[in-house]
Amino acid sequence: MKRLKLFIPLLVFVLLAGFLYRALYQDPRTLPSALLYKPFPAFSLPSLGENQQTLDASLLKGDVTLVNVWATWCPSCHVEHPFLLKLAQQMRVRIVGINYKDDTQQAKQWLVKLGNPYQATVVDETGDLGIELGVYGAPETYIVDQQGIIRYKHVGVVDERVWQESLLPIVKQLQAKGDPS
Amino acid sequence: MIAEIGHFAVILAFCLSLVLAIVPMMGSVLRQTLWMAMGKPLAVGLFGLLLIAFVSLGYCFATDDFSVAYVAHNSNSLLPLPYKISAIWGAHEGSFLLWCLMAAGWTLAVAVFSQSLPRVLVARVLSILGLCSVGFLAFLLFTSNPFKRLLPHAPIDGRDLNPLLQDFGLIIHPPMLYMGYVGFSVVFAFAIAALLGGRLDAAWARWSRPWTTIAWSFLTVGIALGSWWAYYELGWGGWWFWDPVENASFMPWLMGTALMHSLAVTEKRGVFKSWTVFLAIATFSLSLLGAFLVRSGVLTSVHAFATDPERGVFILAFLLFVVGGSLLLYALRAPTVQSSTQFSLWSRETLLLLNNIVLTIATALILVGTLYPLLAEALSGSKLSVGPPYFNQFFPGLMVALALLLGIGITVNWKHSRLMQLFGYLRWALLGALVLGSALSVWHTQGWLLPVWIGLVVVIWIALSALTDLFRKLKHQSSLWRGLRKLTLSYYGMHLGHMGFAICILGVVLTSFYSEERDLRMAPGDQLQLSGLTFTFMGTQQVTGPNYKADQGEIKVTNADGDVVTRLYPQKRQYQVQRSMMTEAAIDPGITRDLYVALGEPLGEGAWAVRVHYKAFVRCIWLGALVMALGGVLAVLDKRYRRRRVVVSNEQTAETVYSHA
Repeated sequence: MKRLKLFIPLLVFVLLAGFLYRALYQDPRTLPSALLYKPFPAFSLPSLGENQQTLDASLLKGDVTLVNVWATWCPSCHVEHPFLLKLAQQMRVRIVGINYKDDTQQAKQWLVKLGNPYQATVVDETGDLGIELGVYGAPETYIVDQQGIIRYKHVGVVDERVWQESLLPIVKQLQAKGDPS
Repeated sequence: MIAEIGHFAVILAFCLSLVLAIVPMMGSVLRQTLWMAMGKPLAVGLFGLLLIAFVSLGYCFATDDFSVAYVAHNSNSLLPLPYKISAIWGAHEGSFLLWCLMAAGWTLAVAVFSQSLPRVLVARVLSILGLCSVGFLAFLLFTSNPFKRLLPHAPIDGRDLNPLLQDFGLIIHPPMLYMGYVGFSVVFAFAIAALLGGRLDAAWARWSRPWTTIAWSFLTVGIALGSWWAYYELGWGGWWFWDPVENASFMPWLMGTALMHSLAVTEKRGVFKSWTVFLAIATFSLSLLGAFLVRSGVLTSVHAFATDPERGVFILAFLLFVVGGSLLLYALRAPTVQSSTQFSLWSRETLLLLNNIVLTIATALILVGTLYPLLAEALSGSKLSVGPPYFNQFFPGLMVALALLLGIGITVNWKHSRLMQLFGYLRWALLGALVLGSALSVWHTQGWLLPVWIGLVVVIWIALSALTDLFRKLKHQSSLWRGLRKLTLSYYGMHLGHMGFAICILGVVLTSFYSEERDLRMAPGDQLQLSGLTFTFMGTQQVTGPNYKADQGEIKVTNADGDVVTRLYPQKRQYQVQRSMMTEAAIDPGITRDLYVALGEPLGEGAWAVRVHYKAFVRCIWLGALVMALGGVLAVLDKRYRRRRVVVSNEQTAETVYSHA
């Protein structure tokens, strides 16, 4: 019996090695969210802008919005940032940022230095909103429709491929549906 | 021609390592003295050949031989000579050559310094180290050859070394780090040899201890240098980022720390044998895992080398063989017999066990946080980061627990202490820590902060309990001086190491809570008040370096009386070959505070975005690490490790036992 216990480290290691092997050849799949097709959780948090105004969930209503969870400590957010800028500037997509568990000063500096793709940025310093949303880590991107309902969740970097294959079709569909004309 | 000599030397070294892995091991099984004796000359040959390879690569850099691909990618004719030399380990291939050279160096050291050990054991240890070298050298030759030529189309000039790496800290940081990583292969080899021989005893622990301690000291310095480098070179004033690559070096360090303490118990009391062997395997495995994470490109990091799945597969296969094989051996052969030695709840054994538990939990949680993005990627195919918030949740608390245990651990007796007696010894240290810590934490102008209070109490607790222990040791001596001289170097090393830990905590706590920083726009003549000092921006001018142009700002720092404290000259450099911008922060260092100024972007009309930091006690973090490492060195210099061929008959017995195992 005691001998069997000594095999535990070996088993753990073999499992780990399996994961490491898969990591070398990643296999893309999507992560479901418990909040899908539910209203965006209510919040009342400061804005990252200079004027210290308070933002709440009504901010997301009226238009199809990408909600992007980001932080300066997150290297993948660095990777994603230029593409978000392109979306905001060339594609006229409305993006709202959630600055997740971050240093507010550094976050401001980041936007000054790298450009600001966000129409507004919500400061979630404690990560409370992140818990409500079920954030796994940064970056994550949500599609929220005109009524403030979460329609899609993407975990990880948004790039050209993710945009074309996953996000854009949903955004287009929602825009068509919500358009009164 | 020189590059081919280097390449050939690596091939020969690979062949020698194969022989080293097989012949002494076979000799130990078949009891062939001559075969076993081949370990030492083979180790000499292996090291010599890799030294030739290393010098050859250095020669290619020094003479700007851009027909060698690695040189062309990482050097330039304008690069200053010291950086040409350090560029040898500036990227993946060359740094792995350095890794192999160091592995051979440790093997040679074992061959030279282990003459008093049983021949069978030394032969096996050298063979296992040889086996590690086989893996390393195969990886170097088949996936990462630094001597590959770019013929017939050799470039006229090289692409230059990454400007981030053109720096003194980066000249010495990787060698120190690799010395630590590879150094843990020695204790690993001892553990495997002991498992093979079926003899895990106090002697095994005694032989392993100095090797562990010295490798740990190298790793400590290496990590500290890396942190220092990130602080002044990355230009944002942080000193630890929980970056996957930092974690990759930190996990073996934590395990190594646990191993040092566990080895002490196994040597002195003969308990925790299986656990200690497991730690030895785990420490080296984590070093290899770190190499995998850094060099396979599976994680996003500032440090990551060029990604290549082929390399990843190779290291993973090696990892499976070495770690999987050793854990299998461990599962089959580790002793399960309950040791007859007993100890009570209040004993040093228990306290060191708790130390091990805390360190293991910390390592496990860091491992989870580091690999979480990988797991998420495997499950959902997305890249994400866990980030500092996760690590900061648990790590400080665990370190406070460790520090509190430390104070008791050094005072408590082996085997058994009476609780009241222990309390009697430590009550003054406890009281002193609470009183002094409270007084000092209130004294600061920013007011009382709970984390600072905890930090100060814990630091003073470590210092006072060490003094208590010293006092107890000296109480019965006739004179103070004689008493101090009687104590061993390893005893002083232990206390010095613990002091280093305390200094490090002090630095971390104070710099985290008493530092101030501002990011602002400064035009010439603008002033900023920060932590009682006035920073005046005097403007910028153009300066030219050997391979870059820079805007150099001048910032005058004056104190409340108007006296000039210092003038700082931060630079924004444009490297010509790589066309990259680099922020060169200007720092006025001091034990109690660093003044740190970095230039951001030009904002027109002579104004700049400027970042000004007042970093309280930040040097203590690295000073503490250096003191820790020094403690390790002192412990290894203890004369008990220098006794050669203690009792010959003893060795004979050991030998018979080994050869029968």
